[in-house]
Parts: sequence; C-alpha cells; structure tokens
Amino acid sequence: MIEQIPQILVLLGLIVSAVLTFHFKDLLAATLAAGLFSFLISLEFYILQAPDVAISQAAIGAGLTTAIFIIAIRATKRFEGEGS
Amino acid sequence: MTVVEILIYTCLVIGVVFNSLGVLGLLRFPDLYTRMHATTKATTFGSIFTSLAVVVYGLSMFFSQNASQYLNLAIHAFLAAAFLAFTNAVSAHAIARAAHKSGIKPMLAVVDRLEEAKL
Amino acid sequence: MIDVWILAVFCLTVLMAFAVVRLVLGPTAPDRVIALDTVNTLVIASMILLGVVFQEIIIVDVAIVYGLLSFVSTLYIAKYIGGEL
Repeated sequence: MIEQIPQILVLLGLIVSAVLTFHFKDLLAATLAAGLFSFLISLEFYILQAPDVAISQAAIGAGLTTAIFIIAIRATKRFEGEGS
Repeated sequence: MTVVEILIYTCLVIGVVFNSLGVLGLLRFPDLYTRMHATTKATTFGSIFTSLAVVVYGLSMFFSQNASQYLNLAIHAFLAAAFLAFTNAVSAHAIARAAHKSGIKPMLAVVDRLEEAKL
Repeated sequence: MIDVWILAVFCLTVLMAFAVVRLVLGPTAPDRVIALDTVNTLVIASMILLGVVFQEIIIVDVAIVYGLLSFVSTLYIAKYIGGEL
C-alpha cells in the first residue's frame, strides 16, 4: 500500500500543475508551472522504472523547453492580454 | 539492530527533518530573501544527508556481501550529492542577485550593502 | 529495510506538495522560482532513494543528469529575471 502513495501524490501534482499552466496570466509563472509538470512527469517515469525515458524527458523538459519559452517571452510581452 | 542500521536511520531522519524545516520556512516566512535563506540551505543540507544514507547503505552492502554493484551505487550517490551541493548554492545566489536587480528590496532590512555599492 | 526507504520517499513527496502551494501563492516571480528549485532538490533526493528501493543500481545516474539540467534551467530563468538576457 505505502508504495502506491507517492505515485498517487505525483499524479495529483501533475493534474495541479497542468491546471496552473492554464490558469496563470503571468506567462513567466506559466512557464514555471510547465517546468514543474515536466519535472514531475520525469519522476513518474522514474517510478515506473523507465530511466531512459526519464533522462530524455529531463533533457527536453528541464533544459530545452524552458529556455525556448523564455526566449519567446523575451521577444513578446510578459503578461497575457498586454499590448495591442 | 546493528550499528550500520542505526547510522542509516539517523541520516534519514536528519535529512527528512531538515527538508521539512526548509519547506516550512518556504511556506511561513514573510519575505523573498528570508524564504530563500531558509529554503535553499536547509533543503540542500537535508538532501545531502539522505544521499549520505544511501552511501552508507551501499558501502555496508559492499563490505558484507562483496558485490561490486553496491560500490557503484555508493559512488554515484556521492557524485549526485556533490553536484547537488554545488548547483544549489550557485543557483540560489543567481536568483537572489537577479531578484535584487529586478527591484525587489528586503522588507525589514536595516542595511543593504548591494544597493549602496551600486550608487 | 525497504520500508524505511519508501517511507522517506513518501515524506519527500508530501513536502513537494507543500512546495507547490508556494508556487501557487507566490506574489512575485522569484518566489515561484525558489519553489521550483525546492521541488527540484526534493525530486533529486527522492530519485537517489528510489534507486535503493528498486535495487536497480544504474538508475541513480538519472539523478545526476537531472540535477545538472535543472541547474541550467534555473540559471536561464534567473538571467531573464535580472534583465541580462
């Protein structure tokens, strides 16, 4: 039983972080929530004993996606609905 | 209960307690810099101790069963703890400097040397 | 012996849930960044512990790679917040 509880908490955290990514109007905070989603899904792959998928998810999600999102935010506006 | 088990339990309890104190400081403190002061140092210390429990476990299994994979486990856990110590300190310093540069000032501070140095 | 490790992983997972609360509440962006950094540290610690739980030695390497990549990500966000990027 106690082996299942961390996995359930990680899955709940995945749902919460996905909702937060949708909810934030500050796009930097939305990027941070997307980063949290990728970290937690990497831990979930790790719990399911797929370390190769966890390594690739950490490389793509932690390193690349956050940098690309921040470059995009720097080129546009930081807050949703600003501008125009 | 042997000496090694007592050592492992002690390391795990110290690690989990210091991680709890760090997250408690993250939730309860009023200011950005006090939160950072509580969180980054306490969680780094606690994570080093949980990794140290794994190192002790690997070394004890290596010396009792003479299986080389447990020595591998101990070395890799020690490397992960060393990287954790370096990277957490550097990233906390970078975030604090960036926050000060972006205009967030310490709330109850009496003296602010970084602000004076910029003038 | 295995139960102790999985109990520690359970405690660290609960602490991750409390750190997410600060990521929701945080008034400024650096608050959210340090909440994310806390989650990173806890994930790395629980990955090292889970390597003992599963008795798979090779998957501890994931924790090292993960720590270095999250360091790069945090430095990038910090440079954006400081206005240097």
